[in-house]
Amino acid sequence: MTDASTHQGTDKVKRGLAEMLKGGVIMDVVSAEQAKIAEEAGACAVMALERVPADIRAHGGVARMADPAKVEEIIAAVSIPVMAKSRIGHFVEARVLESLGVDYIDESEVLSPVDEHHIDKHAFTVPFVCGAKDLGEALRRLGEGAAMIRTKGEPGTGNVIEAVKHMRKMNAQIAWLTTLGPDELMNASRDLRAPYDLVKQVAATGVLPVVNFAAGGIATPSDAALMMQLGCDGVFVGSGIFKSGDPAERANAIVQATTFHNDPAMIAKVSKNLGEAMVGINIDTLPDTELMQHRGA
Amino acid sequence: MRVGVLALQGDFREHLAMVDSLGVDGVEVRTPDDLASVDALIIPGGESTTIGRLATLFGLIEPIRKRVRDGMPILGTCAGMIFLSSNTIGQDQPQLGLLDATVERNAFGRQVDSFETDLVITGLDDPMHAVFIRAPWIEKIGGDVDVLAAVTGTDGREHPVLVRQGRILAAAFHPELTDDDRLHAMLIGLVEETQ
Repeated sequence: MTDASTHQGTDKVKRGLAEMLKGGVIMDVVSAEQAKIAEEAGACAVMALERVPADIRAHGGVARMADPAKVEEIIAAVSIPVMAKSRIGHFVEARVLESLGVDYIDESEVLSPVDEHHIDKHAFTVPFVCGAKDLGEALRRLGEGAAMIRTKGEPGTGNVIEAVKHMRKMNAQIAWLTTLGPDELMNASRDLRAPYDLVKQVAATGVLPVVNFAAGGIATPSDAALMMQLGCDGVFVGSGIFKSGDPAERANAIVQATTFHNDPAMIAKVSKNLGEAMVGINIDTLPDTELMQHRGA
Repeated sequence: MRVGVLALQGDFREHLAMVDSLGVDGVEVRTPDDLASVDALIIPGGESTTIGRLATLFGLIEPIRKRVRDGMPILGTCAGMIFLSSNTIGQDQPQLGLLDATVERNAFGRQVDSFETDLVITGLDDPMHAVFIRAPWIEKIGGDVDVLAAVTGTDGREHPVLVRQGRILAAAFHPELTDDDRLHAMLIGLVEETQ
């Protein structure tokens, strides 16, 4: 496999792993033990973290990449892909995570940004996922080399309203682009603050060229199914699982509700007796300075 | 003719699109009832542990085994190949055990080791462009299994990555991520033979 036709780290290979995660649930974990619970419940990948977003929110201060020892411990514990978060713009944290063998890096607003510029993700062999509140943000991240997009939502709140807003806006803007003529696309590119070539591509195909997952505030099986019905390809659950009363049962139920997102009877069945969901936060009680979604637009 | 694609998790939409482009009805399969209505089945790429767990939960394992033993053609890609096989090295996970093969998961390494390459395939004139993503390879096969393509692994040995056993086809790579529909056409050919 070393002949001239063999290539690693191509867009196809980077975007391809995200294609394989579709219809699945990616769960935040902070230990090998949690990673195993997630894998056994049917997670298609785990996100290795020092603290889940709800604790980052409660703890305050600067949130950074997880301890490499923790990332290694989680990689060793499971056979499914392991993702990890770097701070926005922190290309050294990203290089460290790549060297550890992480399968996807989330350049994430959940951690404290270090730069107004995002990482040049084309320069890496490991693929990146980035959050987006709207189409322009998604296309800027793709322009920088992201291979997967997720809604930003409002992490660590257990409140899905922001993820819903972001997905609806994405859908509406994509639909709008497809109605434009070739002479209108340059202004659309200006208004979206997005690369022209990508705007043209989305206008022609009517879809994002990469997988788009839901993230930020998903706490119940119905939340996951809601985001799937709005057109997301899969679901990240951050604090929603391991901040709930019975993580294994809830993880299991969210996985099933994601697969059967169009089947209300099935969602009802898996939602029974799950115990306490994570305590939620109403977004309008949060001051603007505490919103993570405005980081790194 | 109706070709089912197991739609529990993974890139089943890409397989459905490829089946549709060949002029055949593609059907999402999530339940034993869905399975009963199809003439062939594709198990897509995805996470084999997730797919295996959901297939167990929704009572699909025995019905799939029965249909394949009764002659239904089946194609598995990547996670689908793992799920079709009898054993996985160092892993205890639900498998159909229909393909007499022992597989190694993530055999080429982690995502940074994923690659695309041109693959020479027995019985096809031109090479196939093959995308390997955290791909498995086959470590050991039974006597009834024909190797259609192999690659040299990081261990310096040749490992099968495309095999056929009767009406079972299994690939370690993802034809559904390219526009090469020759493996899907092969599966449809197997259905036509049986009808």
